[in-house]
Amino acid sequence: MTTTVDEVLPYDEALAAFDPVMGLEVHVELGTNTKMFCGCATTFGAEPNTQVCPVCLGLPGALPVVNAMGVESAIRIGLALNCEIATWCRFARKNYFYPDMPKNFQTSQYDEPIAFNGYLDVEVPGEHGEEPWTYRVEIERAHMEEDTGKSLHVGGSTGRIHGAEYSLVDYNRAGIPLIEIVTKPLTGAGERAPQVARAYVAALRDLLKALDVSDVKMEQGSMRCDVNLSLRPKAGEPTSPEQAAVPLGTRSETKNVNSLRSVERAVRFEICRHAAVLSNGGSIVQETRHFHEDTGATTSGRIKSDADDYRYFPEPDLVPVAPSREWVEELRATLPENPAEHRRRLQTEWGYSDLEMRDVLNAGALDLIERTVAAGASAQSARKWWLGEPSRRANTEALELVAYADQVGLTPAYVAELQSMVDAKRLNDKMARQVLEGVLDGEGAPTAVADARGLELVQDDGALEAAVAKVIEGNPDVADKIRDGKVQAAGALIGQVMKEMKGQADAGKARELILSTLGEG
Amino acid sequence: MAELTRDDVAHLAGLARIDLSEAELDRMVGELGVILTSVAQVQQADTDGIEPMSHPMPITNVTRPDEVRPSLTADEALSGAPESELQRFSVPRILDED
Ligand SMILES: [Zn+2]
Repeated sequence: MTTTVDEVLPYDEALAAFDPVMGLEVHVELGTNTKMFCGCATTFGAEPNTQVCPVCLGLPGALPVVNAMGVESAIRIGLALNCEIATWCRFARKNYFYPDMPKNFQTSQYDEPIAFNGYLDVEVPGEHGEEPWTYRVEIERAHMEEDTGKSLHVGGSTGRIHGAEYSLVDYNRAGIPLIEIVTKPLTGAGERAPQVARAYVAALRDLLKALDVSDVKMEQGSMRCDVNLSLRPKAGEPTSPEQAAVPLGTRSETKNVNSLRSVERAVRFEICRHAAVLSNGGSIVQETRHFHEDTGATTSGRIKSDADDYRYFPEPDLVPVAPSREWVEELRATLPENPAEHRRRLQTEWGYSDLEMRDVLNAGALDLIERTVAAGASAQSARKWWLGEPSRRANTEALELVAYADQVGLTPAYVAELQSMVDAKRLNDKMARQVLEGVLDGEGAPTAVADARGLELVQDDGALEAAVAKVIEGNPDVADKIRDGKVQAAGALIGQVMKEMKGQADAGKARELILSTLGEG
Repeated sequence: MAELTRDDVAHLAGLARIDLSEAELDRMVGELGVILTSVAQVQQADTDGIEPMSHPMPITNVTRPDEVRPSLTADEALSGAPESELQRFSVPRILDED
C-alpha cells in the first residue's frame, strides 16, 4: 500500500487561483422493518447471517418483491426535496463482482430514478460575524437501491483490506433499502464550499429525520456521504457568468465520509490537494479516495478502470413502479413542517436571541433541546446544560453532540431531571454541574448520581440558621455594614455560610436568611 | 453491428471472472460471433413506433407490505458455503487488483 503524503496548497492560495465545484452523493438507509426485496428483518447489530434468506443471499430461483414502504419513503423523500416523481420507472441490475454483494449485482435504478430535478435550500451559518447565507442545492435525482453486506478482513496488519489473507462476510445488511440522493454540480460557493457541503448534509439529515424515514446515524453508517470535487481556473467572482463559462475539471470521489465535520474537512483537503497538483502543472486522476478522520487527509483508492463497466439492464424479476398521481398527492400531504420553518418557530417559542439560536445550531443541539423541553425543562435551562459540559466534551472527542450523548447515555430526559432537581432546590448550580459530570462519566441517572455522591442541599433550616448565626457573630463589622443598608456586603457572608454548610446549601436561601436576620430582608 | 474482437471477449471474461486460455479465447470469438450474427437478424425487423419492452406482462406496482417474514437460520444460510468462520461466509482475499 502506498503511503505517499500528498502535497497541498494553503487554502487561501488555492481559492485565489481556482474555483471549486462539488457533487455530493448521500446514501441513506431507510428505517423500514424489512429489506427492500424480501421480508428479512433489518435490526442493527443482530448476530451475523441471521437476517438472510434465499432472496438477499442471491440463491438461484429466488424471486424478489418490492417493499411498499420502501417506495413510499422514496417518494416522500423526493417530494421533500422538491423533486418531480416519476410516473413510471424501473429497477436495474448494476453488475459487478464483489463478495459483499452475493447476487453479483446490486439492484438499483439507472436512467429512470423515482425522483428527479429537485432542490434543497440550506442555510450556511455565517462565520466571523458574517450573515447566514442561503444556498440552493440543486438535486439531480434520488433513486432506490439496496445496501451491501459487511466484510471482516482477516490476516494482514490491522483488519484492513490491504494485506488481508481472506475476508468473512455477514449479509444481514445486504438488501436493506437505500436511497441515493445525488446533487447536480454545486457551483458558486467559492471559499465557502466546505461549509456549504456540511450545511447541506446537516439539512438533509434534519429533513430525513423529520420525515421519519431513517435514523440517519452517520456514525453507524445509516447515512453516508461521497464527496466529488473538482477545481477549475478562477475567472471572476464564484457566482459570475465568466466563472460559470469555464468548463469543469476532472473530479475525485472521496468515499464514505461519515460525519458532518469530516464532510467539511474532506472538501477543504481535496481543494488544497487538487490546487497543489494543478499549480504544479499536473493533472487530476479520476479515482476514488478515502478520508482519514485522524489526519484529515484523503488517500488514493481505486482508479476508475474497466471493472467499472457495470452493464446496467432493466431488472427482469421486478415489475415497473408506477405511482399514481393521487397517491403522490396523498403522500405530499403527509410531509412534515420544513426544518427551516420549524427552527424559526422554535426560536420564537423559546425566546432565543439570534446569537443563542446560532450557537445552538452550531452545536447540533436543536433536537436535543427540543426533546428536553418536551420532557419538562425550560428552554433556557435546556440550552445552558447542553451547550455546557456535554458540548465541550463532544468537541474534545471530535464527535457530534448527538453521537456523544448517545455514547455516554445522556438523554434529554436526564437533562430535564437534572434541571427539575435544581428547580426543587435539591441541588444548587455547582452541585448540579457535578451531577452532570457523573452522568457523563457513566454513573447513571442524575438522581442516582446525586444519591451515590451524597450531593443534596441540606433542607434542614435549623442547620442553615445555625450557620448564619455563627457567621454573623464571627463578622460583626460586615454585619453592621449590612444593617446600615449595604446589602451587597452580604456576598462575603454567604460564601462563609456555604463553607460552613460544606457547599450543600441553597445560596439564595442563605442570602435571604442573612438579610432577614439583620433586618434587611 | 461491429465485429466482436478478441479484446472484447477477453474484457467480458474478465468482468465475469472467467479464466479463459488463449485457445479458449480464440474459440469463443468465433462461437460468440455466430451467436451475435444470428441475433442480429432480429434487429432487421422494423420496430419503428414500437415501445421497447422489458417485461412480458403489462403489470406494475407489485409490492408486499413491510412485514417481517422468517429468515433462514445462520446454519441454513451457511450450509451452501464452501467455507465459513465466525458464523460468516469465508471468501478469498478481495481487492488483490488494487
Ligand atoms: Zn432476505
